[in-house]
Amino acid sequence: MNTSINVKNLSHSFGENLVLENISFQVPQRDFFIIIGPNGSGKTTLMKIISGILKPQNGRLEILNRSIDLYHRKSLAQTIAFVPQMLSADFPFTVFEMVLMGRSPYLGMLGLEQENDLKIANQAIAFTGLENLAHRKLDQLSGGEQQRVFIARAICQKPDIILLDEPTASLDLAYQVRIMDLMEQLKKEKGITVVMVSHDVNLAAMYADHLILLHKGQVVCQGLPDEVITYQTLEAAYGCTLLVDESPLGKSPRVTLVPRKYSIRE
Amino acid sequence: MNTKTPYLIKRIVTASSLLILLLGFAMVLGISMGSTDSGIKNVFQNLLGEKEPDSMLYTIIWQIRFPRVILSALVGAALSLGGLVFQALLRNPLAEPYILGISGGSAIGAIVGILIGFSRFPGVSLTAFIGSIVTLLLILAMSSGQTILKKDALLLSGVMVNAFCAAVIMFLISMTQDSRIHNIIFWLMGDLSSGDMRQVGILAVILLPCFLLVFWLSNPMNLLLMGKELAQTMGVNIKLVTITLLVATSFMVSATVSYCGLVGFVGLVMPHMLRLVFGPDHRVLVPACVFGGGTYMVFCDLLARILPKQGEMPVGVITAIIGAPLFIYLLKRSSK
Repeated sequence: MNTSINVKNLSHSFGENLVLENISFQVPQRDFFIIIGPNGSGKTTLMKIISGILKPQNGRLEILNRSIDLYHRKSLAQTIAFVPQMLSADFPFTVFEMVLMGRSPYLGMLGLEQENDLKIANQAIAFTGLENLAHRKLDQLSGGEQQRVFIARAICQKPDIILLDEPTASLDLAYQVRIMDLMEQLKKEKGITVVMVSHDVNLAAMYADHLILLHKGQVVCQGLPDEVITYQTLEAAYGCTLLVDESPLGKSPRVTLVPRKYSIRE
Repeated sequence: MNTKTPYLIKRIVTASSLLILLLGFAMVLGISMGSTDSGIKNVFQNLLGEKEPDSMLYTIIWQIRFPRVILSALVGAALSLGGLVFQALLRNPLAEPYILGISGGSAIGAIVGILIGFSRFPGVSLTAFIGSIVTLLLILAMSSGQTILKKDALLLSGVMVNAFCAAVIMFLISMTQDSRIHNIIFWLMGDLSSGDMRQVGILAVILLPCFLLVFWLSNPMNLLLMGKELAQTMGVNIKLVTITLLVATSFMVSATVSYCGLVGFVGLVMPHMLRLVFGPDHRVLVPACVFGGGTYMVFCDLLARILPKQGEMPVGVITAIIGAPLFIYLLKRSSK
């Protein structure tokens, strides 16, 4: 199996504060890979290192079997696209203009788009089902629609890998499923490796091919969903009582939060 | 490679030519009108050399009005562009060199330069530049924490920086007793009357490379609007772009301040209006701000010259009367 991301003995600290400690894992190509873990476990820092925002301090990070240091800014941008949590849109670009910006890693300094770039942007817009909104201003869209625009922009960047930082965090139920379905479709139809940080363990269990669980800056568990999502591992990391059984849809594990009034262990 | 003209070039050319036409119109008006009413026809015949040069009119046109109109256009362009750059870098549509206090800091520098007795260029320009850089660093230091980057906090700190600068300026003025004081006070509200062709030429040589540099960085400015981190993952060298833009902008602002004092709100009014008309793409907005800002300033200066019954008023009076209400309107709208 080809690896798209190879992390080896990676550590990172902000001053005295060790945020990531000796982390190692591999993401296969065309994988839906989800990183879960409690707040402050180092998920976002890990994401920033993989996306090239932060430089790795210790250890190795290879993207498509090549050390990340060897990438030029633009060639890294052609390989990895990043979708941050939520963006404010104070300067009203249209959906089309926003998506088209995804082409800039391929263009010169002024980013003058050619016919071909417009075509790729339109394809990304069609793929995310935004055709009807293409000429609307970004600040007129709902949160879920905006999130799709940012994903379309990432697709327009034509990357091998898409990184997403909690893309479903502030969305309603329908949009959560819609975004996750879209990422699965992206993996299957375009062969893109999807790496996502998620707070929603249940969604992660249903969609991920592989998972890692981060806790206090370390990988405490990695593997298939039913290997990672067990009540032992989750309770140890999150420090709360959980019930894990099988989803009524079959195959994937299901996590139920247990409020204190139901808890039998006191 | 496709040989078709990218659609963006068309947009840039359309917007720019439209505004160049307006600028030309404003300049003709600016040259023709003034306290000595000479009639547009007369002026034209004089300009085209169809008439024996009427020596009085000739002098007024070529030695007073023409340099003044060019100076206004340059100053308007630089200040509009300054506003545009700060709005992009701070991701805040209310940012502007005057509101942030950078003009004020640069004015302190300039006044120190004037009091020492430096010539306008390079002495006063240089002290003004130092003043603006110091203020800029101060503002950036204050806004580097996560929370203060919020709109209101940034604006509040700007108000405070301005209040401080105003106090320092008043302090400096109170400490001096000679005749330079009158100049300084007039200059505090913006004074475009001092240009001769040589000085205007020097200012143009300073500003034009800055305009080009900012235009060169206009696409990264688009990406910066989405946040520094995202822009970085799209291949932008954030540090280099940010520092280059900040230095170029401070340089432009301090150059204009040292030539014509404090003219406020131009960098707020023009980018806002041009964004409404041409959209938020900086590759269109940068040239639009240069030509549109120039036009606006030539008109404001014209008003400042013809409105008073006697003499003229500082152009900063006009720009503030237009700009301050717009600022309040924008603030109210953006806090919704």
